[in-house]
Amino acid sequence: MTEHEERRRSEAEDIEPLPQAPPLEVQRAQEERLLKAWKTPEGWRYWSAVNNSEVGKWYTAAAFGFLIFGGVLALLMRIQLAVPGNTFLSAERYNQVFTLHGSVMMFLFAVPIFEAFSIFVLPEMLGARDLPFPRLSAYGFWSFLIGGIFVCGSIFFDAAPRGGWFMYPPLTTDYQPGVGADIWLLGLTFIEIASIAAAVELIVGILKCRPPGMRINLIPLYSWYILVVAGMILFAFPPLIAGDILLEVERAFDWPFFDAARGGDPLLWQHLFWIFGHPEVYIVFLPSIALVAMIVPTFARTAIVGYSWIVLAAVGTGFLSFGLWVHHMFTTGLPGISLGLFSAASEAVAIPTGVQIFCFIATLLVGRVVRVAAIKFVLGGLATFVIGGLTGVMVALAPFDFQAHDTFFVVGHLHYVLVGGAVFPIIGAFYYYFPLAGGKKLSETLGTIAFWLMFVGFNVTFLPMHLTGLRGMPRRVFTYPADMGFDVLNLVSSIGAFVLAAGFCVFLWDVIRPKAKQPISERNPWGAGTLEWLAEMPDKPWGVRSIPEIDGRYPLWDQPNFMRDVDEGRFYLPDAEEGLRETLVTSVIDARPIQCLRVPGPTFLTFFAALFTGGFFIFATYHWWLPALVSGVIALGTILVWMWTGTAPIPEKASKDVGLGLTLPLYASGPKSVGWWAMFITMLGDLTAFVSLVFGYFFYWTVHDDFPPDPSPGPGIFWPVIGGVALLAAWLLTVLARRWNRDDRSTLFYLSLLAAAGLSVGGAGALVVGVWNLEPTTHVYPAIVWLLVLWTVFHVAVGVMMLLYCVFRRLAGRMTARYDIDMANVALYWHFAALTVFITVAVIAGFPLVA
Amino acid sequence: MTERPDNQNTQERHQSLWLLTIGPAVWAVHFLTSYITAAIYCAKFAGPDDSLWVVRVAIGVYTAVALAGIGVSGWIGFRRHTYGRATTPHDFDTPEDRHRFLGFSTLLLSTLSAVATVFVALAAVFMRTCH
Repeated sequence: MTEHEERRRSEAEDIEPLPQAPPLEVQRAQEERLLKAWKTPEGWRYWSAVNNSEVGKWYTAAAFGFLIFGGVLALLMRIQLAVPGNTFLSAERYNQVFTLHGSVMMFLFAVPIFEAFSIFVLPEMLGARDLPFPRLSAYGFWSFLIGGIFVCGSIFFDAAPRGGWFMYPPLTTDYQPGVGADIWLLGLTFIEIASIAAAVELIVGILKCRPPGMRINLIPLYSWYILVVAGMILFAFPPLIAGDILLEVERAFDWPFFDAARGGDPLLWQHLFWIFGHPEVYIVFLPSIALVAMIVPTFARTAIVGYSWIVLAAVGTGFLSFGLWVHHMFTTGLPGISLGLFSAASEAVAIPTGVQIFCFIATLLVGRVVRVAAIKFVLGGLATFVIGGLTGVMVALAPFDFQAHDTFFVVGHLHYVLVGGAVFPIIGAFYYYFPLAGGKKLSETLGTIAFWLMFVGFNVTFLPMHLTGLRGMPRRVFTYPADMGFDVLNLVSSIGAFVLAAGFCVFLWDVIRPKAKQPISERNPWGAGTLEWLAEMPDKPWGVRSIPEIDGRYPLWDQPNFMRDVDEGRFYLPDAEEGLRETLVTSVIDARPIQCLRVPGPTFLTFFAALFTGGFFIFATYHWWLPALVSGVIALGTILVWMWTGTAPIPEKASKDVGLGLTLPLYASGPKSVGWWAMFITMLGDLTAFVSLVFGYFFYWTVHDDFPPDPSPGPGIFWPVIGGVALLAAWLLTVLARRWNRDDRSTLFYLSLLAAAGLSVGGAGALVVGVWNLEPTTHVYPAIVWLLVLWTVFHVAVGVMMLLYCVFRRLAGRMTARYDIDMANVALYWHFAALTVFITVAVIAGFPLVA
Repeated sequence: MTERPDNQNTQERHQSLWLLTIGPAVWAVHFLTSYITAAIYCAKFAGPDDSLWVVRVAIGVYTAVALAGIGVSGWIGFRRHTYGRATTPHDFDTPEDRHRFLGFSTLLLSTLSAVATVFVALAAVFMRTCH
């Protein structure tokens, strides 16, 4: 189709479904072929599944497993604190328990549960058959599971981290030998990588895999929130990864990034941690409130009030949340003006947060509310969250924070926000979405009992903590003397904790109780209006029988005969003629169909890739360098096999009829392809991590009178510039190679790539020669210069592998002049690599000249 | 739809989601430059009790520039929001309503960004020294 025709089609009035259903035998044959293509593997091969519904279920179950683990830890703490002078847990053990409780709840439950839910429900909500990179989701899941078990398991060997969930140095560098902090740093870094993988997947899914006609003003609010949150992950997690690298390198190799005696500064960790840590709170909160935005209209029986205002809230909160991090550092002695700026931004974020709550209240007022368990959890959650939000406004004021800092007041505040803003809505969503997982509803009675136990238990636990804190009880102490006025309040909190736990037990029983006798739920049991409720009960593996054309925000309410038309295959892609898994790629703004995307099927490769990636991190924790290296190499090999066999296959024909008279290409490269977007988004996150390291360099400059320190030799100018020029030449050759590949000038293509690889090796070598004589353990200056160079060299090394990969791809005939996804993506990688090289050279060679 | 004065304006290729982010991005740049200016000035040039007027003037200038930028993005949003004759909630399946929706959201985000920028600037109004 020419561009002109394409546009005319999109501007045309609505595309209608086929006026008549295909004959019954045709429908049956189509269904059979679809089922075959999307069949879930059986037996032990079940675990090779990569389809979003399987991975989403495992992911959710695993995250809930970690929630239970974290909850048991919380109960241990409440037993210990129930009475003064208790000896139930030793101080040492208590430190491990509270550190693991916080880390597990944040990293192994709160963030993963959003990824899990989104992987499970987002494709259904967007009428897509799967997310664009199913194997990436599976890889992320396995990484999460392995890393999570590793981190949690440490407590059974008395080796768990003890530094609190934010791991401040110098506590974690100078005073806590042992492997605990390393387990935290390496285990969780591994999981953070999985989170970034999920973010890439979700962004591309929302922007490019919507059903035709679902313009940007019609997408479900859930996807607006998830889009914002995934974007936040890209900018929030990398600073933590950068911080983790610094802290782990200090612990493992004694490079003094946070050691004040050798020019380091522990405050840099706090900056990097909280640049991650505060947006993290919203990364947890927004997806849960997104669930609320789906549940409320269904049970109010009316469209959401203030759709645009909620978009404002999601996007606005996403941005403002990055301007709050210093409010965790009000007591570190920063200049008052800095405190003022961050205090102001912390107050401002209350505006968008409040806007969405008013939208929900308005929707509930406009509609007639159906009282089911799901909506009880939602309303209880909103009420709880509002209380937490108000104490949040209090602690955002620096003078109040000076009083409340590090007391139980903060513990009370953060639990109100997180449990009200995230846990209650998530459990509400369990009651709401459970039929999609197995075709059966949870029990309304048990749900109501669970809700009241949890709601009352929660408030009895955490409301007194505000008072305990104001009376001066610090957080993270393993016990307290009897005459301080803390006794009764703590006992009440402990009793409340067990009531809350009882509520959880009721809920868990409801989930796992045998349901064989319970009838299958009717379809769309709540009478919702959004696409995920097209699902049959129990759901079929194909996701959606035919991919519909969308005319409004609530197609199931607004489009007549919608379910029938989808079921009878009257829309797009009602068939899998070639027996392959296919879904549609559409344009970002108006969701015009632009490609028929084939997604890969089951494999164990992702599992092994995650296993060996995990092996690398886990062995490195114990400084077993050889096994770590071997495991890393096997992981790399597995990933290469996965890439080689599973990505960018050349289709057997150029285009395909997807139904309703529309023919779409089967292959797209460059900015039109989903892979290019994934690379772009990944590299954006990668660049953020790098910028965080550069921030570290300049941070040291601001805290020192002379930085770079005067007598200490730097890398000079000669070698960095030589290296930089060689690497930029390699980048230019790579860009030229992309063009020569398209022009089918294969000799030039091969030569330029090989030359680029050679120049890269030489350039990286020159960078290393420049810093070779610097001794990184002596002072933070040589250490940070070394680290910037190593980061760059690592990226160049990955870049060289990519160049050689492209050479082999073309030699093997898996990449051609026309089918050039690999080369386009590698060139994109090199744009970012070149930027990294340029910044590194400018900083290490250029900045000493101007400083 | 009868209200299609000019189809050109609403075509997909003239649209971008980045429009939404202009206001908040200006806020972010304003916030960071204000913070960095203050942090570097207090770390490198001023003692705890020295006057902060250099920083306060600088933040004043940043604020004026930022508000102007946010104003432009808000105006673009308003123009799109009021395109044609339809009112909110902009939920029709037409290029025009999608155009208005993006405009309205841009307008709302610009307003929020302006308020947040003023909040941040107020810190410079009240603080007279680094500490």
